[in-house]
Amino acid sequence: MDVRRVSDRASVIDIRGEITSACEDALMDADVRASTGQTRVILLNFDGLEYMNSGGIGLLVTVLIRANRNNQRLMAFGLSEHYRQIFELTRLDEAIRMCSGEAEATAAAHA
Amino acid sequence: MASAPEQRAAHDAELAAPRDTAYWAKPVGRLDIAQVPTGAISLNVIGRRVAGPVQGFGQLWQKTYRVRLEGCAATPAEVVQAWKERLPRYQPTANRFFPPVAGLAPGEVVLINAVVQGMPALTGVLVVYADDEAFTLMTPEGHPESGWVTFSAYRDETACVVAQVQSIARANDPVYEFGFCFMGGATQQEKIWTHVLVSLAADFDVQGRVTLQKTCVDPRRQLSEAKNVWQNALIRSIVYTLLLPLRRRTPAPRP
Repeated sequence: MDVRRVSDRASVIDIRGEITSACEDALMDADVRASTGQTRVILLNFDGLEYMNSGGIGLLVTVLIRANRNNQRLMAFGLSEHYRQIFELTRLDEAIRMCSGEAEATAAAHA
Repeated sequence: MASAPEQRAAHDAELAAPRDTAYWAKPVGRLDIAQVPTGAISLNVIGRRVAGPVQGFGQLWQKTYRVRLEGCAATPAEVVQAWKERLPRYQPTANRFFPPVAGLAPGEVVLINAVVQGMPALTGVLVVYADDEAFTLMTPEGHPESGWVTFSAYRDETACVVAQVQSIARANDPVYEFGFCFMGGATQQEKIWTHVLVSLAADFDVQGRVTLQKTCVDPRRQLSEAKNVWQNALIRSIVYTLLLPLRRRTPAPRP
């Protein structure tokens, strides 16, 4: 997973392929790389997501808890309708703001 | 009958859909049950929303229980298929699971009529995910836990089939949190999942040893969720049971 800094306070984690429990190390490593001392918002880019099972959604909960512990907000963009529905089904959408695209997410991160 | 362009568009949409599409339930506003299984009591389920790890009160724990099915010839898919079919049989007798009439499929509700330390606990869970090698049950409001539990099977590095139960959940409200932390509730729950895996293993002629890994993912309690106690299924089940004799004596209203 790639990590990009979009500003001093915001980083993007570009998720590609699958999110399953097998991705735990890669996702947690990306989360560490995205979280510098100044990071206040982590943006998860799901544009390249092709497959996610329930193990994968559990990993997102862990990322969320880590963000909360670091006083960071977690946002998501690039979700297809299918994955938006999964966020809604699991009520993760109540804790992770979903944006329509990177521009909106970046603007929200700096608001 | 759909026109040729409409059929092509539908076919293209089907091809473009992620391959996990069929495995997930659709979002549900409030739980509903089409047909209550025979012998089950449906209480504290219909009309409730699901409650995930974000919505509960207590500390968030991830617990992973595993049993190696050494010598078992079944594939992971065959183990999970058996698990779906025999889910009630693997539970301790005090923990009655009533699978949906339609089977364990995404969007269906499993009713649970349990006895917890001598007290009735009537609730259920929603099947949020099910594929060939795993299925996940998510709790509703009022359930002792707020989160989900995944039942799965896979091959480890030695090609041995491993059956696993993994939960990520918080106590739903302060009453449950007290029970889990100070009244042996957590230990009791661990015994239940251990029993489930031992029963599953026995079905495949394996005397397995269950291992448990637990991690406190979030030690903070979410005080804003203390209000969840209003929907506490254990308390409501006790009241329901106490009032049952009165309900039986009261004649049905005339139409």
